[in-house]
Amino acid sequence: MKKVYINSIASISAQKTFDQAEFLTDLIDHEAIVIPVVNPNYKAFIPPAAARRMAKGIKMSIVASKMAVQEAGLEQVDAIITGTGMGCLRDSEKFLSNLIDNDEQYLTPTSFIQSTHNTVGGQVALELKCKGYNFTYVHSSNSFESALLDAKLQLASGEEDDILVGGIDEIGDHTFKLQELVGHVKREAVKTSELLKSKTSGAVFGEGANFFVLSNKKQASSYAELIAVKMFNTLPKISVPETATAFLANNGFSAEDIDLVVLGYNGDVDYDSCYDVLSHELFNDTQQAYYKHLSGEFNTASSFGFWLASKVLKLQSLPEVVKLNDIKSSGFKTVLLYNQYRGENHSFTLLKTC
Amino acid sequence: MDALKQELKEFIIEQLNLEDINVEDIGNDDALFGDGLGLDSIDALELIVMLDKNYGIKLTDPKQGRAIFESINTMADYITAHRTTN
Repeated sequence: MKKVYINSIASISAQKTFDQAEFLTDLIDHEAIVIPVVNPNYKAFIPPAAARRMAKGIKMSIVASKMAVQEAGLEQVDAIITGTGMGCLRDSEKFLSNLIDNDEQYLTPTSFIQSTHNTVGGQVALELKCKGYNFTYVHSSNSFESALLDAKLQLASGEEDDILVGGIDEIGDHTFKLQELVGHVKREAVKTSELLKSKTSGAVFGEGANFFVLSNKKQASSYAELIAVKMFNTLPKISVPETATAFLANNGFSAEDIDLVVLGYNGDVDYDSCYDVLSHELFNDTQQAYYKHLSGEFNTASSFGFWLASKVLKLQSLPEVVKLNDIKSSGFKTVLLYNQYRGENHSFTLLKTC
Repeated sequence: MDALKQELKEFIIEQLNLEDINVEDIGNDDALFGDGLGLDSIDALELIVMLDKNYGIKLTDPKQGRAIFESINTMADYITAHRTTN
């Protein structure tokens, strides 16, 4: 089986991550219950005639995918695999609202054709003129990891050589209101820098598009090697440490080998305990990081964590703003990511330097 | 008639997301499709729905659309002659 490398990364997030020369230096300290992305100059990447029908999720994704393909030094990729929890939510809402407001009459095509989950993958393929394998995974907070696993299997087996993988979700106003109603969103605005001090229920929501070129060929631009990814739809909190240990053992590692654990803490006092069992027990003596205070919570927020871990492994530095504890690793060779959302859809991802 | 033409231009800009175009940029005789404003077949469907919804005009023959949607002037003429709602 061939090794799988992360050859390029690109992130559109609630921070200025589209500037690839920077690494979380000029931070925005939001104070909100929902944090939108910092928009790049879309016009520099998308012709106006094409952009006019694109929802925000598509625009973010096209910019991120073009940046990733460019950084990888490629003209073309063999396949495009995306993960999204909610797809093009805004156009879905628009289409359904029109359906109700107009008594099921006068329905127009634009919002309908862009209301599906795989619109992003399709539009990215059209922009890149990629006629290869194109697949979209929709599995709540395991959507991105599902895409990652598919890419890893295809690259390891040599079926494809360069695959563009992305995690995308956009904020939809109506859906957000529903999530507020059911208590999944924090009731009070919380500052980015104080998310974990909030000790209240719910999360600060966000959106983003994070794209990566994964390849079975290592090159100068490579960030890290993707060792393994594993998902669990259900996993009792008490089983998280032993599952993490087994995951590491299956890949020839132990907890002591891990230089950095990247945890998906989102400040929800009801569910952050899933991370606590790793943070306070198995990895009590390991350097730890978190990132959802910067990105907000969304189904594919873990792709931002993947972006962070990739960058840490390449640059061998961890920005102060993501540090969770005071332990300092002498270097970053092996990084474990763990994520879950509301106690479900847990994932473990293991990266190492290359 | 001028108010109708203004209304049509505003609708086209807003509904078809022509972000960088103002009402003043669309001449009454400018071609809406092809080399003019650059609208396409999906936009044509949006315009057909707009005729029905806003003016009570149902286009049953798609071939009619080609002549009706040629410019703002042709649209306004057709709407004035065939509208069933105010």
